[in-house]
Amino acid sequence: MKIAVASGKGGTGKSTVAANLALALSRDHPVTLADCDVEEPNQHLFFPGDPQTEQVYSSVPEIDTEVCNYCGKCGEFCQYGALAVLKDRVLFFPELCHSCGGCMHICPLYAIDEKDRSIGTLSVSKPHHNLRLVWGTLNAGEVLSGKVIGAVKEETDGDSCVILDSAPGTSCPVVAALDGCDVCILVTESTPFGLHDLELAVSLAGILNIPSGVVINRSDGSDEQVRSFCREKEIPVLMTIPFDRGIAAKQGRGILFSAGDPEWQEKFRTLGLECMKLAEWSL
Amino acid sequence: MKTAITSKNPGKDSLVEMRFGRAPYYVIIDSDTGTDTTIENPAASGAGGVGTKAVQLLLSHGVGTVITGQVGDNAARALEAAGVGVFEFREEGTVGQAYARHIEGNLPRIL
Repeated sequence: MKIAVASGKGGTGKSTVAANLALALSRDHPVTLADCDVEEPNQHLFFPGDPQTEQVYSSVPEIDTEVCNYCGKCGEFCQYGALAVLKDRVLFFPELCHSCGGCMHICPLYAIDEKDRSIGTLSVSKPHHNLRLVWGTLNAGEVLSGKVIGAVKEETDGDSCVILDSAPGTSCPVVAALDGCDVCILVTESTPFGLHDLELAVSLAGILNIPSGVVINRSDGSDEQVRSFCREKEIPVLMTIPFDRGIAAKQGRGILFSAGDPEWQEKFRTLGLECMKLAEWSL
Repeated sequence: MKTAITSKNPGKDSLVEMRFGRAPYYVIIDSDTGTDTTIENPAASGAGGVGTKAVQLLLSHGVGTVITGQVGDNAARALEAAGVGVFEFREEGTVGQAYARHIEGNLPRIL
């Protein structure tokens, strides 16, 4: 069972929902929380621990200057401008390379080989006996977030219950996180921006064929626009979290607001059950 | 010597484009013959790496000097390595005007 937590708009509370859900479900079952927001992972702040960290590599070209005759075919082929072939040398811009391997295949002299280059890290910790935390961190300036997200997802392969905290938006890193998930929780807020970006996120989940439900966070009680959108699209509103000073105060101290609150723990457990139902409906 | 000037449209009478890699056109003036040709930049609206691709495009046309508004880091590295001189023109003006200023020696060299 893979539950993705996504949102169109940033700052709606994806990580908060993912963390509280993981905490609630892990009371009864082993849970893996996978932080796929690799440009800004933050779940380890909620669940401090001693992680094991390894490098994530991408393949980049290595040019044999003894063999290369500077014909320029690799530079013409590269759609990302990562190779610039001059009269007497080839310039390589590693941060522009998307590791497609095309330059290696196009070289008529077989002068290009691949070598590993670290683009980020993969960390795994065990905050408590039933909870495994996996997160990726993309190195600053790198572009291949999908590669690091792939490493995070591979690490969670075979785990029975995985909650994936996605990056905001609807671009490549979000697609990479959502791909292959059984159900998607879309976290929104009752603002015009929240609704606008929710509409984009709902379309994305639809294109990826993932059943989705909505969590309204920081609700001021007037959520009619979001609710009517959800009714129209036949997407259930799974939970509403009020705009509440007590919740904000806990959150601000780095404490999960459902911790030590049986009522909220029960609500998050119910959210998990609702997700299971949603996933089965589509099977 | 061929000089490429970043341009918003084809021809010497069009306005100079300030961006190097994202310029829609490059007007290339050959100082030996006094003729000008315009080449389109196919990578102008690409997602990334446009600067380095532009450098390769210009090198393939035998360009030795560039006149433009500004150059990004990657393109600058490639231009420098290729020994292409880059001169700055940051005013509203046509390609022909910018080239004339360059010939008079009135444009600062930035690379």
